[in-house]
Amino acid sequence: MAYRWKNDLSRADVTPRQLFMNRRQIMAGAAGLGAIAAAGAARSQRLLEPNTLEEIRGYNNYYEFGSGKEDPARNAGGLVTAPWTIKVDGMVDNPGDYALADLLDGLTVEERIYRFRCVEAWSMVVPWNGVELADVLAKVGVQPEAKFVAFETVVQPEVMVGVQRQVIPFPYVEGLRIDEALHPLTLLATGIYGEPMANQNGAPIRLVVPWKYGFKSIKSIVRISLVAEQPPATWNIINAAEYGFYSNVNPTVDHPRWTQATERRIGGGLFSSREPTLMFNGYEAEVAALYDGMDLNAQF
Amino acid sequence: MDITGVINGGLRRVPAWPLYIVVAAWAGWMFWLGLTGGLGVEPINALEREYGAMGLKGLVLGLMVTPLRKYTGVNLIKFRRAIGVSTFFLILAHFTVFVVLDVQSLERVWTEIVKRPYVTVGMAAFLMLIPLALTSNNLSLRRMGGAAWRQLHKLTYPAAILGAVHYLWLVKGFQWEPIIYLGIILVLLAARIRWQRRVVMA
Repeated sequence: MAYRWKNDLSRADVTPRQLFMNRRQIMAGAAGLGAIAAAGAARSQRLLEPNTLEEIRGYNNYYEFGSGKEDPARNAGGLVTAPWTIKVDGMVDNPGDYALADLLDGLTVEERIYRFRCVEAWSMVVPWNGVELADVLAKVGVQPEAKFVAFETVVQPEVMVGVQRQVIPFPYVEGLRIDEALHPLTLLATGIYGEPMANQNGAPIRLVVPWKYGFKSIKSIVRISLVAEQPPATWNIINAAEYGFYSNVNPTVDHPRWTQATERRIGGGLFSSREPTLMFNGYEAEVAALYDGMDLNAQF
Repeated sequence: MDITGVINGGLRRVPAWPLYIVVAAWAGWMFWLGLTGGLGVEPINALEREYGAMGLKGLVLGLMVTPLRKYTGVNLIKFRRAIGVSTFFLILAHFTVFVVLDVQSLERVWTEIVKRPYVTVGMAAFLMLIPLALTSNNLSLRRMGGAAWRQLHKLTYPAAILGAVHYLWLVKGFQWEPIIYLGIILVLLAARIRWQRRVVMA
């Protein structure tokens, strides 16, 4: 179902915003928690303005196309995105190879303006166009035994210079717990700024999980598997001490090699200042309940 | 005349001082690019990396002088001070961008140095280079005497290794470039070792 979640980052959202914040405080329950959420939301207002399309398309991590930030924009032109087939398998009622259009058929593509926080401590605000992952999963029919969703990125070695160099193991894989996958914030995005997704941003369809570090938001998806066990995740395989399976944005849990307490918004130029990073990237009110009772220091 | 003699003869007519100007101009140009969008949408990190990578290249270049003379006879010794001091200047610029533009607070800088091993290692290399830069003048050389001065300046060896380790440690995934730097530095250091057969008394 589209429009289950309301953008709090839209410029057109100025008038109803106060209402929305109040509702968030009520949802947060305890007065203290509400105050924290409100403070976070107020602080995040400074970050409202989405990044330009040039910035969003020019500064990417997509290791299949090289490890430099400008490599994907330079090298991703050859990615073949049509026709595009997504294999849906595992614990689903309707497994099969779906043409992209069939998988999205009947679903409403909406705009979601989300903060995007990379594990490397830079961030953007991106106006995505996409559908809720939950709606796609409802179409294929998730069976009750399914506890996780696994995703896989396409491998086209002939056009992917990074795959030839084996900087990291390919195909790139990622995973979510089923409740994370079904959360209304979790998006399958097909465009940005109303334009089709650029190859370097993960065309033709990618995951967007705004409260997790960017590498969880896997690009150019060719396979979605409903599984019972926690699936492998690429960076977690490479270095489990640095990249946890959850990888929720958390300013209090540092990456071993750099701080996660602050971030730098892309686009501020040579003298841009660091911004404090928000718990769950500013989506604490929406997602904190998913992790009730979990030690976020141990399960980072 | 042999080729080495020709090269050395030519080099004798090239002054060393323009190197300072070239390096300063390059650093200024990079800063200008960062200001005007020429280094992409995240110029702080880009500038930090440009200065750091060029500093590492400078360390490699400085370490090449002695083996080059030893194995080919080509003598770049008169350029070595300019290479070394310019390299220090680049690494100082790298450090300054890190402190002023990137981390933006002395308290956080200290936390970074203490908590992050790759920063600790880079900082150690930088500290080692400071006495070398301060003594890169004829007066210091005379006061210290050649032997002590040469001994002190062997600090470039660990500094170069730590610089390469610093780079290797900060990249994500398996990347060749820092490994190649470290490999070249180790080869250049190995080329200094006098391989002598030691007689072991039974």
